Formats: sequence, structure tokens, C-alpha cells
Amino acid sequence: MKKESRENRRRFLALGGGVAALASCKSGVVSKSGAHMRPYGERSPHESSARVLRELTKSPGTGSSRTPLQDLYGIITPSSLHFERHHSGVPTIDPEKHELLIHGLVDKPLTFSMADIRRFPSVSRICFLECSGNSIGGATGSELPDVQQSHGLLSCSEWTGVPLSILLREVGLQPAAKWMIAEGADSSRMSRSIPIEKALDDAMLVYGQNGEALRPEQGYPLRLILPGFEGNTNVKWLHRLHLADQPAMTTKETAYYTDLMPDGKAQIFTFAMEPRSVITRPSGGQKLSGHGFHEITGFAWSGKGKITRVEVSTTGGESWEDARLQEPVLSQALVRFRFPWTWNGGIAVIQSRCTDETGYLQPTRDEFVAVRGYNSGYHYNGIKPWKIQDDGSVVNG
Amino acid sequence: MAKVLFLICLPVFAAAQPDHFGFGRTATPADITAKNITIFPDGAGLPIGKGTPKDGEAVYKEKCAVCHNDHGEGRQGQYPALVGGKGTLNTAKPKKTVGSYWPYATTVWDFINRAMPFDTPRELPPDDVYSLTAYILYLNGIVNQGTELNEKTLPKIIMPNRDGFVLDPRPDIKAKR
Repeated sequence: MKKESRENRRRFLALGGGVAALASCKSGVVSKSGAHMRPYGERSPHESSARVLRELTKSPGTGSSRTPLQDLYGIITPSSLHFERHHSGVPTIDPEKHELLIHGLVDKPLTFSMADIRRFPSVSRICFLECSGNSIGGATGSELPDVQQSHGLLSCSEWTGVPLSILLREVGLQPAAKWMIAEGADSSRMSRSIPIEKALDDAMLVYGQNGEALRPEQGYPLRLILPGFEGNTNVKWLHRLHLADQPAMTTKETAYYTDLMPDGKAQIFTFAMEPRSVITRPSGGQKLSGHGFHEITGFAWSGKGKITRVEVSTTGGESWEDARLQEPVLSQALVRFRFPWTWNGGIAVIQSRCTDETGYLQPTRDEFVAVRGYNSGYHYNGIKPWKIQDDGSVVNG
Repeated sequence: MAKVLFLICLPVFAAAQPDHFGFGRTATPADITAKNITIFPDGAGLPIGKGTPKDGEAVYKEKCAVCHNDHGEGRQGQYPALVGGKGTLNTAKPKKTVGSYWPYATTVWDFINRAMPFDTPRELPPDDVYSLTAYILYLNGIVNQGTELNEKTLPKIIMPNRDGFVLDPRPDIKAKR
């Protein structure tokens, strides 16, 4: 008897729902029971955070897009907001046809399909990627107005794939192999020479990003990930690894991504991104809503290991206090820091500086310039001050 | 009996990762040749071929000038200059071009071969790549108009900035607390 009444109740509810749906159709009023489900999710229509695009040439897809760091929570960059830097657009690749060739100084050159690569033991790891051209011009006091434009060639994802060391064992790496030339399947066959030590240490061949397949803009279906190394070496659309006794001296490791010093010599093969931090809120272009409490927050990261300390100054660098590091604090990943602050009105200059486990302290712009000059371009990591003005608006400090 | 069973079962329960998996297929010399375009600074990888600046000028006009301008000047903010900048690297306004900055002529050959022309890369025959390389080096005063470049002579070219690169001494900046 009880069971029957439950059954009736269910029928009644089903009928009621139908009537409600019908009613809403007629009246044009959205059903109070909510919207339909979607096979692939989208964010709320009220959210509009987006990358800013900078096309460097008339050729489509060539240039960069920058991550809206000021809008991010936590340490993971949504795949749709991951920064991009392409040298000849985003290729369309069928994973069924994509192959990786490993050859050169190996006992047994092999070609792997994507299915082959997915059969190998896999690992996942959270790490940042930063273009070494991030904040290019920072040394000269570049006046880009907000953190997205000044620091947005920076993102952090969980990557999933195969440790490269497993594949190098599979092909039988020869002792004479000191370098690995990695080449992408993009139209310009972007390629970089990587020291064999890194290839054998923590390099990964990844097909997963933040729990799903790599995005086309991030190298679908296969990309090299070298934790902590400058973005350009993490070759996208990876299709060939050439083991050799010498670097190839490719365009992107000689003509570009080399740092010109004041004496006219250029530093080459700078791989690990040095420690750096930046305040993302409050930051340029924002406006404090009023006097009183404001949380200062931002990111710190080091290509050489773990961030051990972040300090914040709200006094133009006269005094510094420790910020709280949000767990997890992972090696070669973005670290979120937070610092409670009360704004009592008036002008305030806020900035952050970080220290990593090697003991390296992030330099000021003056300290950076004193050593590398104004024209090194790449690998700028100076402290970034923001100025809060009387009306609460935030500009470059 | 128990001991025998234990030995048989061991590999199953140990779940050890094998040294070799046997995935992938052997790449034959032909497979490798079809895909390998790496060129090394000592000339390894260069195909047989030849070209002079004079040959290169015609190809340049047809395939390159539309972006890099009539004589390699480039177009500001769009396509890089290939020529000029000599003596500027240690000044306030350094101009980095093939002539002033690039350390190896093999890199010029390689980049033209793999990536140029931008919209139709890897269609130029080796002779065109040699002659274009020769023409760009000629515009920079590195070779004479009659110089023939081939797979043997190209790696012997000493670029003006050959010794302009050093390994970084980082950490080079000692910030004060």
C-alpha cells in the first residue's frame, strides 16, 4: 500500500513537471526548475574574462595571447585561458595520423602512434609555463597598464603524459647523445635543442591538460613539457626528437630567445625561468571599492624549484612582511600568495618579492638593469610595483 | 611445491615496470630521411646543392620581397629585417639581423628551408635555398656576388657575430634584502 502511494506521488510529480514546462512555454517564463544540462559545460553568461590577443604579423594565428591573471583564482589556469605564443598559427592535426619519430644517436629508431604513446606508464604533474618574452621591455620600465598585458604570458596546468626517459630507454639512447632537438608539426616546424640531462630528468610527453585532452593551441595531440624551462622549449605538436652530439643552433635558440648584454655579447641557452612574483589583485586598471580591508594576492614561481617565501610591501619597498603561501606549494608551479591589508586612503605603492629554495631573491628593476642592462629583452624577472591612487584606482608604480 | 608456485607468481604480483615495452614500430632509414630536416652548424644534414647571390636575387624578388622588402630591410612591426645593424649590438638601440646577430650561416639555410616562404614552407628546392642564403649574406657584405654556396662551403662561412654568444652565468643578479 505504501509502495503504491509512492508510485502515485511520482506520477503526480512527473505530470506536474510537464504541466509546468508547458506553462512556461506558453508564457515565455523560464521554468523555475532551471536550465537543461549540457554535454560539454560552459561558464556563466555573466562571466567574460578572456585572453587579449596580439597578432605580430598579418599571418593568422601568429603572435601571442595573454592570460587574464587578474581574474584567476587558485593556481590552475583554465585551459581556455592558457596563454599562447605561436610562430606560424595553430595546426589542425588528426591524432589518428599523428606520429612521433625518435632517431639519431639511438640504438633503435622508432615511430610511435598516439595509441602507442598512451600505452606507456603515465604521470601527471602541475607546473607553470612562462614565455621568456613575458614582460619583454620590463627592464626599460615598460608602461603596459595591467598585469594581463605585463605578465600574462604565464599559465599553470596539470599535465598528463609519459616520462620522456621511458621512451629514451625504449629507443636505446647512446652515450654520445648530449642534445635532443625537438621539432613541432606546425607549419614552420619550430624546433629547439634541449640538453640531454633535462630530457632524462623530468621531461614529459603530454597529451592531457587539466583532466582532458591537450587543447590545439597547447600542442594537440602531443607536446613536450620541460618543467621550469622557458615556454618556447616546451615544443607543441611534437612530431620528431633527434638525438645528437651537438645543438642544432636553430633560429629560435640563436636569433631569438637569447639575451643581449650591454657589452654586445648575448647569453645563449638560458633555460630555467628564474624566480619571480607579481601582485594580481589589486593591480593595474582595477579600482579599490573603498577604504578598509582588501586582500592582496598574486603568484610566485620559480623554474629552479619551490618557492619558499613571498614578501609584500605596501610602503613602496621601505618595509616588507611575509605573505601567506596557499597550499599546495609545488616545485616549478605557480604558488598563490595572500596578504591581508587595510587601505586607509591616500597613495600607496604595493609590490611583492619572492625567494626560492636555491636562496635566490627576486631583484628590483634597478638590480636587474645593473647586471643585464636595458636590452636583454627576454627573461626579465624584476619586482613589479603598483600604485594605488587617492581615488583607489591602480596604475603602474 | 609452495616454493615453485611462489616463483611463478612473483612477476605477476611484483607488477614491476619492464625496461622495454615493445610499443612503436621500427623507423627505417627511408622513414627517417623523409622527416629529418635538422641541419647542424658543422653542416651535417645539408643536402647536395648550390647557388649564388645572383641566382638568389631572382628567387628573393619572387618569393621573399613581399614581406621582407626589396632589399631585406623588413617591414616595421611586421616582418624582420634581414640586413643591417652591424656595430649596433652594444649600443642603446641594437638592431639584430641575420648580418649583425645570427652566429651560423647554417641556421639561415635551415630556417629558409623549414619555414619559408611563410605561407608555403618546404617547397623550395635545395638550390633555391642555397642561392637565397647566398643572396642574404651578400646583402650583408658577408660574401661576394659571385660566391657559390654549397653543402661544403656554407658551413665554412664565418658570420660576423660568430663569437657573440656566451653561456649564461646565472644566477648573476644578487638582490639585496
